[in-house]
Amino acid sequence: MLSIKNLHASVEGKEILKGINLEIKAGEVHAIMGPNGSGKSTLAQVLAGNDAFEVTSGSVTMHGEDLLEKATEERARDGVFLAFQYPVEIPGVSNLQFMRTSVNAMRHHRGESEMNAAEFMKLAREISKQVDLDPAFLKRGVNEGFSGGEKKRNEIMQALMLQPKLAILDETDSGLDIDALKVVSDGVNALRAEDRAILMVTHYQRLLDHIVPDFVHVLAEGKIVKSGGRELALELEERGYAWLGIKDDETAASSALSNSAN
Amino acid sequence: MTTANKEVNELIKREYEHGFVTDIEVDTFEPGLNEDVITRLSEIKKEPQFMLEWRLKAYRRWLEMEEPDWAHLGYERVDYNSISYYSAPKRKEDMPQSLDDVDPELLKTYEKLGIPLHEHAKLAGVAVDAVFDSVSVATTFKEPLAKAGVIFCSISEAVRDYPELVQKYLGTVVPHTDNFFAGLNAAVFSDGTFVYVPKGVRCPMELSTYFRINAANTGQFERTLIIADEGSYVSYLEGCTAPMRDENQLHAAVVELIALDDAEIKYSTVQNWYPGDENGKGGIYNFVTKRAACIGKNSKVSWTQVETGSAITWKYPSCILRGEGSVGEFYSVALTHNYQQADTGTKMIHLGKNTTSTIISKGISAGKSSNVYRGLVKFGPRADGARNFTECDSLLIGDQCGAHTFPYIESLNKSAIVEHEATTSKVSDEQMFLCRQRGIDMERAVSMIVNGFCKDVFKELPMEFAVEAGKLLEVSLEGSVG
Ligand SMILES: Nc1ncnc2c1ncn2[C@@H]1O[C@H](COP(=O)(O)OP(=O)(O)O)[C@@H](O)[C@H]1O
Ligand SMILES: [Mg+2]
Repeated sequence: MLSIKNLHASVEGKEILKGINLEIKAGEVHAIMGPNGSGKSTLAQVLAGNDAFEVTSGSVTMHGEDLLEKATEERARDGVFLAFQYPVEIPGVSNLQFMRTSVNAMRHHRGESEMNAAEFMKLAREISKQVDLDPAFLKRGVNEGFSGGEKKRNEIMQALMLQPKLAILDETDSGLDIDALKVVSDGVNALRAEDRAILMVTHYQRLLDHIVPDFVHVLAEGKIVKSGGRELALELEERGYAWLGIKDDETAASSALSNSAN
Repeated sequence: MTTANKEVNELIKREYEHGFVTDIEVDTFEPGLNEDVITRLSEIKKEPQFMLEWRLKAYRRWLEMEEPDWAHLGYERVDYNSISYYSAPKRKEDMPQSLDDVDPELLKTYEKLGIPLHEHAKLAGVAVDAVFDSVSVATTFKEPLAKAGVIFCSISEAVRDYPELVQKYLGTVVPHTDNFFAGLNAAVFSDGTFVYVPKGVRCPMELSTYFRINAANTGQFERTLIIADEGSYVSYLEGCTAPMRDENQLHAAVVELIALDDAEIKYSTVQNWYPGDENGKGGIYNFVTKRAACIGKNSKVSWTQVETGSAITWKYPSCILRGEGSVGEFYSVALTHNYQQADTGTKMIHLGKNTTSTIISKGISAGKSSNVYRGLVKFGPRADGARNFTECDSLLIGDQCGAHTFPYIESLNKSAIVEHEATTSKVSDEQMFLCRQRGIDMERAVSMIVNGFCKDVFKELPMEFAVEAGKLLEVSLEGSVG
């Protein structure tokens, strides 16, 4: 479904991605792990088409089509979804209005009729329950005054509403307590489907206890330095990134913490 | 410049959908302004003597006045002798007796503008006065209003039919000496709306006036007077459009509102005069004096305005809060684009005890436009316990536009309380990226973000107009992004 070849990308003249190669097939769940600053979010943003990042070489195709030449909204309409690491606020625009505009833009693209307000409301209420968000939040401004956990659940809710072909989840687990993590993981597991691929970016392996990936890749300094099955994540948890010769103080500390908590 | 902002600036072009001209036979004065012109104007309108004298007095005084020179408005001075002071559709009779007498071309014009005047297709529950260039061409729903005792007619009719009311109140809130444009308006005002709501009457429907400038080289000098007697309530809305022309045209209006004890006036404006093209050519000069006198105890006036049109807007709807416990409100959305300039705001003059005022101003600038909020909150020595809350928010689209806020506060009373909040924000690249990542195109995204920004003001508009205002913003923003 998705084929990334020798992808290089930079921001403000600084090279961040230094030759990424990755093949993802429909139905698969891939996890990208790596220390802070290794380029995980950059990869996610480049795939979604954020033009703050410049692709300097390499190619990305989805379903055989050149993804990189498409505008952000075209990619989205073709089924690329990004759950943001830091979802931005849009004051005064209700979540409901935002999601309805989004859903209808996608439907319009597929030549389907727009969803009316009542139909949409019904769907939105169901899915908000699925991610444990009070339907009252639908009336609030997009991410306006949301807690960290609410923002992440809101992102998953949007993924569930839009049913994308490729869901890229950027640290959807960070800052969540155990209960919220369970809700979010259930949401992601509900997304798993034959015709859908999921690319999960995470800093910690604990998410992978809930969402079992088919493949795990370790990103360091803009390159994938190791790939494997889910056992790679477990090995990382035990041995830390240092085992791969990667410097990462924070993860070492936090993995020590989570070890002692277990 | 960031990428999204570059795109924002690249595609600055928009279509003005009301830019057509109606081909209709008109009576137009030759350009020029002098006492003769004023006398003829007054004669055509069959005005009583007092009105002519009032006009001439204003004219003589105006000749001595200086045009204001605002630092933040740049424009070519108007040559007042090169414009015509009267243009009206030709008619068999002096006034249409009913809608059947109105020229079908005119009815078509209003229909095109989305304002059907025909009895069978009238706007549901909204009475309309339609002003075309210098005259009122039709007023709907006159009968049910008359039954309630509400007078709703053109000011020209009021001058003839209700001279006592006009003479008692005209110019009491905005005297002809007030400012240059108010002086000019007093001398040559052409038409506008008159409303009187008697004691204890809640006006049974929304009242509205649609102003349309059609003729070239004419000025429109609208004059509106609304009087809400004790314990009455009225909600009034004005809408404005004009054809696209390369020359600038002048609209110098005066609006006076008078609220007696316990009366409430809600005055809403959706101003969409032709703004000029993307190079700043043409457009309406909108120089307006709007003021309300809350004379009565516990009276209330709310100004709500959505200003998207005009090349230049110079407008400060104000409230003089004289009555004890009276309330003034100002809710404003002003959007400028291309080379538009808006200098708008309000004055809240607290004279009475326990008077309160609220100001919420939302300025949106796109393109190379300039958007100024200028406000004055003043507390007189007897305004014990008075208070004001002001919130001024600016939203920038792109990085070649400007927003400025000038809030002035003058207090002669120590007990007065003022709260002031101001913010400036941008439609951020992150917000745009989020919207686009969800499949929403840029234009839709900007309009959605801007509408969200204006939500607090839109909710003050009557329902049907809130929808209209939202759509208008969308149209006005067309081409502000690529
Ligand atoms: N918009 C940006 N401007 C400048 N530098 C950036 C920007 N975004 C990311 N970077 C830099 O790129 C590198 C990778 O960041 P990121 O992709 O966010 O890493 P990760 O998600 O793995 O923590 C970091 O050094 C970061 O500082
Ligand atoms: Mg990141």
